[in-house]
Amino acid sequence: MEASSAATDNLDPLQVAETWKSGGRDVAIATVMETWGSAPRPTGSQLVIDSEGNFHGSVSGGCVEGAVITEAVDVIETGEPRMLEFGVADETAWRVGLSCGGRIKVFVERLG
Amino acid sequence: MDLALLKELNAERAARRAAILITDTADGRGQLVREGDEISGDLGDAVRRAFRSGKSGLAEIDGRELFFNVHVPPPRLVVIGAVHISQALAPMAKIAGFDMTVIDPRTAFATEERFAGVALRAEWPEDALKNRPLDAYTALAALTHDPKIDDYPLTAALDAGCFYVGALGSRKTHARRVERLREGGLSDADLERIHAPIGLDIAAASPAEIAVATLAQIIEALRKRDLAGGLRMRAA
Repeated sequence: MEASSAATDNLDPLQVAETWKSGGRDVAIATVMETWGSAPRPTGSQLVIDSEGNFHGSVSGGCVEGAVITEAVDVIETGEPRMLEFGVADETAWRVGLSCGGRIKVFVERLG
Repeated sequence: MDLALLKELNAERAARRAAILITDTADGRGQLVREGDEISGDLGDAVRRAFRSGKSGLAEIDGRELFFNVHVPPPRLVVIGAVHISQALAPMAKIAGFDMTVIDPRTAFATEERFAGVALRAEWPEDALKNRPLDAYTALAALTHDPKIDDYPLTAALDAGCFYVGALGSRKTHARRVERLREGGLSDADLERIHAPIGLDIAAASPAEIAVATLAQIIEALRKRDLAGGLRMRAA
């Protein structure tokens, strides 16, 4: 079962998102919404980002987090959610590097 | 998603209740759904499927692309009795993804040496369960044969709506158990929920084989649990 870890866990991204936002920080949440092939993290995995680029959690094995964080800082500014796609089929994304050969869709939204 | 919705979701998760956060990928709007919520149409079907499978994913419903992020509490297994079967069950349950606890007040059985690396409580179930109550995402297997030890947690498991309740013992032993528990106020419907003799019928003979049969039955109960009728949680 791809069960979520307990919400009481202080490493839990959604718990961290709540704490950060409640503490006055601007926060975006990135979620793996679809995977093809050998994706490192399952659908539903989450990464939490603040406007300074601090982050917690993961959407891949560290391959695309950098790109997601950059987009997330934008999303925090504009408030417009966006769907990102990374994988071998996309030249740009390949440079970012899902070297495992998989493809993932990551949704980035601002926590309002 | 806004902070209020996130707080609601985190509260559900902390309370070990299943919930789905549905996000519209067009605008990021979120909706929280709890298990047993009545939702009709295609959305309702998708929600029920998602709760049953425990898997998150995208779905196209009524022309909208929706993401279902399914938050299901990790399943727990509480074993009453630090017996030979429990020793075999511990590593298997761990591999299958269960968070297993063994409870046995008999300190000769509940030793660190016999259960290295396993969460072990050398206490009466009445006391051990007070600290960590049973719930709908917990399976309970009573393996001592001893009514003084087994009867209380069996009753507690039925009351808590545990997704699986099993008890070791022959048909004769179980018939006597049913009599006692009925006198204790349990209904026939409750008593029928106890799997006894424990385990799938694979003619298991050794403790390790009984552990396999039991774990398989627990997994079956988890994956086939009746969602239409809710989690049979009794009103508190």
